[in-house]
Amino acid sequence: MATRLKEVDAVIVGLGWTGGIMAAELTKAGMKVVALERGADRGTTDDYTVPNIRDELRYVHRHDLMQNTARDTITVRNNPSQEALPMRRLGSFLPGDGVGGSGVHWSGVTWRWTDQEFNVRTMYEERYGKKFIPEDMTIQDWGISYAELEPYYEKFEYTAAVSGKAGNLKGVIQPGGNPFEAPRARDYALPPLKTIHASQMFNDAAIKQGYHPFPIPCANASQAYTNPDGQKFGACQYCGFCQRFGCEANAKGSPHVAVIPVARRSPNFELRTHAWVTRVMKDPSGKRVTGVQYTNLLNGEEYEQPANMVLLTAYAINNVHLMLLSGIGEPYDPVSQKGVIGKNYCYQTGVNANLFFDGKNFNPFMAAGGSRFAMDDFNTNWDFDRGPHGFVGGFTLSAGFNTSLPIGNRPVPSGTPPWGTGWKAALVKNYQQFMNINSSGSVMANRYNCFDLDPTYKNAFGQPLMRMTFDYKANEQKMGTLAAKLVNDLAKSMNPTSFNPARARESWTVVPYQSTHNTGGTIMGVNPKVSAVNKYLQNWDYHNLFVIGANVFPHNNSYNPTGPVGALAYWTADAIINKYQKNPGALVSA
Amino acid sequence: MKDDGINRREFLKGAVAGGAVATTTAVGLAPQVAEAQQKPAAAPANPGYSYLNLEEAAFVEAMVDHMIPADQYSPKGTDLGINIFIDRALAGGWGKGDRLYMQGPWKVGHPNQGYQLPLKPADLYRAGIAATNAYCKKTYSKSFDQLPAAQKQEVLTGLQGGKINFEGGLPARTFFGTMYQTVMEGMFSDPIYGGNRNKAGWRMIGFPGVVAVHAQNIEKFRDKKYVVEPLSISDLS
Repeated sequence: MATRLKEVDAVIVGLGWTGGIMAAELTKAGMKVVALERGADRGTTDDYTVPNIRDELRYVHRHDLMQNTARDTITVRNNPSQEALPMRRLGSFLPGDGVGGSGVHWSGVTWRWTDQEFNVRTMYEERYGKKFIPEDMTIQDWGISYAELEPYYEKFEYTAAVSGKAGNLKGVIQPGGNPFEAPRARDYALPPLKTIHASQMFNDAAIKQGYHPFPIPCANASQAYTNPDGQKFGACQYCGFCQRFGCEANAKGSPHVAVIPVARRSPNFELRTHAWVTRVMKDPSGKRVTGVQYTNLLNGEEYEQPANMVLLTAYAINNVHLMLLSGIGEPYDPVSQKGVIGKNYCYQTGVNANLFFDGKNFNPFMAAGGSRFAMDDFNTNWDFDRGPHGFVGGFTLSAGFNTSLPIGNRPVPSGTPPWGTGWKAALVKNYQQFMNINSSGSVMANRYNCFDLDPTYKNAFGQPLMRMTFDYKANEQKMGTLAAKLVNDLAKSMNPTSFNPARARESWTVVPYQSTHNTGGTIMGVNPKVSAVNKYLQNWDYHNLFVIGANVFPHNNSYNPTGPVGALAYWTADAIINKYQKNPGALVSA
Repeated sequence: MKDDGINRREFLKGAVAGGAVATTTAVGLAPQVAEAQQKPAAAPANPGYSYLNLEEAAFVEAMVDHMIPADQYSPKGTDLGINIFIDRALAGGWGKGDRLYMQGPWKVGHPNQGYQLPLKPADLYRAGIAATNAYCKKTYSKSFDQLPAAQKQEVLTGLQGGKINFEGGLPARTFFGTMYQTVMEGMFSDPIYGGNRNKAGWRMIGFPGVVAVHAQNIEKFRDKKYVVEPLSISDLS
C-alpha cells in the first residue's frame, strides 16, 4: 500500500532542463514544488572534476551519466510488420540520468526553430500544392508562432549562456551570423567561441561556394558570465571533453548550473532523488490529475504524491511512456490513424564525410562542444527550392570538432587495414590531419513512425516497455542523397589528400550513436483530435497536466532540439503563472 | 612469451603437474625474472588474471600481440597491458552486463535491432574464444595462440568478414565486434584500467590525455603540432 504524502502545488517528474526551468520559475512565483528525479544528485564539485571526469571509457563507452537499460529501456523495430525487440544497451541515442538529466552531457548547441517548422504544412501546401506532401506524411502546424516564442528563446539563451553571432537583428542582416535565421530582438548572451582550424577551413570553403557559414550557437560560455538569475559560469577551456561529460569549469549551460540552484535556494522547493514515478493518478471526473505514484529506489517503498498540478519533464521518450502507462488520452493506432498518444515519433538523419589533409595539424583534442561552423543554405533558407528534389524539410551542413577522443575517433582512410602495423601507420599519420563535414537532416512525421506499449517486454517495475516503430522514408532518403552530394562536392573543393565520402542513410538502426534528438509522441497542436497538448503544452483532457519536452514537437527539424525545448518550458511556465493560476482550466478551448 | 619459444599455458600446466617441461622452462626464465626484479619501478609484465582462464589468457595475449605488434609506433599489445585491460573489463561490471537489459524472450531479430544475444560480454568472450579455438584446431590442428602469424591473420580476417561460422550457433561477427572494441579500448583508455601502459597508445597518436586547458592554445597551435608528455588520471591523483 502506497504511503500518501502531503499535497503540494506542483509535482515535477524529472529534473533536467525542463524540470529545472519549471522548478526555478514556479518557486519564484511562490508555488510549493516537489521534484521527483529517478537518478542521483550529482554536481560539478564532486562529480565533474579533473582528473576523473576526463575518462573517455567511463563516460563515452560505459555510459556513466546515462539511463541504465538493465532497468528500463524501449523495444525497437523499423515497421509494424516486424516484432519489436529490446534495445538491450544504449546506442543510437543517449538519454541522461540524474539531476541535470541530458543537460549535463549535451554539447550545448542551441538553435531557434522558426515558422518554417511551426507552419510546416501550411507553408509547403501554399508553395508546392497539397499533393507535394505524401499521403502518409502526417505533418501538421504546431499552433504556435515564432513571434510568440521569440522572447522565450532569448530568455533561454541568456539563462544557458549561449555564445554565438546574431545573423538577423530586428530584420537587419548581420555579417558573420546566420542570414537565414528569424529576426531576434537581441544578440546572443555571449560572443562566439574561438574558431578552430577545421571550422575555419570549412568556413572559407563554404564562402567560396557562395554559401553562408557561421559559428554554431552553443551554450558554452565564451567568457565568464552571470545569468539573469545570478548563476555564475566560468569561461570555456576548449578541453575537448564536452559531449557525454559534465563540465568542470561550469562553462557549459547545464541545468545544474543555470536553473536548478535557483530552485534549490527557495524554501518552496523540495527535491527527492531516486524517486521513480510509475504513473500519473487521475481524478474519476476525467478533468484533473491528482498527483503521481512513485517508488523510492533507496528502499523499494511506494508513495503517492498528491499535487494540484503535474508537470511531466522527463526525457521526451519517458514523458510519452508515462502518459501511456497512466492511460491518459487515446493511444495512437497507425492503422486507423485514430488516437494521439504515441503519434508522430520522429528522429533525425544525417551524413558524414571524413577528409584527410597531408601536413595539416587540426589538434582535434582542442575544442569546445560548439567549436563548429554550420550553414543553413539548405535548411531555414526558404529560397532553397525543394520542388525539384521532391522532399519536405531541410538539412544543415557543418564541420569542426566536438569531443574527438581516441577510443571512439580513430580516423583512417577507407581501405586501411583494421589492425597491425599498417593500421597504426595510417592512424599515426591521420589522427591530426583529419576533419569531417557533416549534415544533419530533418525527419518529417509519418503515420507508421510511432510509440505504443510493447506487448511482451517489461521493465524492472513490471510495466510494459515502450515500443518504438521507426524508419526513414523516401522523403529522408531523397534528402540524404542530396545532402551527401553537397557534402562531397564541398569536401572535394577543399582538395583533401583523400576523403571517405558521405553516403545517405537508408534504414534506421539502433547502433551506433546518431543523435539524442528524439521527438514527438505527445504532440502539440490546434485541437484535441490531432494533438495531445495545446500550445501551452497543457493536456487537452486533464487541464492540470502539462507535458514539457521535445515529445510535443509534431515533427523533427535538422536542428538540435534544446532551443525550442527551453523556450517552450519558459513559455509554459509563464502561462501557468500568469494565466492558469489565476483561472485554472483549459487555456485553449477545444 | 612466444618470443622465447615458450608456451606459458603449457608451462603452467606442466608446473602444476611437476613435469620436466616446467623444470626446463623455469631455468630458461630465471635470468629474465632476475632482470625484472632489478627494476622495481617498472609495471609487472603480467599482473595476473582475474577472469580469463589459461586457455583464454593464451588466446587474448596472442590476439592482442597480433593486432598490436611491436613496431616503430608502439610496444606490442601485451606490453601495453591490453590483455590485462580485457581481463579486468570482463571481470568487472561491464563484463557482467551491469547495463544490459537481460530479460527474454530472446530472438535473433534484424541487425538494425542491435545486440540480442542472451550473453553478457564476459560470457560472449568465453564462448567466442572456445569457438575460435575449436575452429582453429579443426582447420589447422592447433589452438589460435599456436598459429603462425599468417594463419592468425586468416582467422581474425575470417571472423571480422563473416567468412568463419562457428559450430553451435554463436555469431562469429558479434564476438569479433566486441573483441575488437575491447582491443581499441585497451589501447586508448586511461591507464587506470590496465591498458595503454605508460600512455603509449596516447603518445603514439599525440593525444595529450586529461589535462586540457586549451583556451590559449587554439590560436597558438593553429595548424601546428602540439607535443606534450600526456598525463593520465593517476598522474594527477
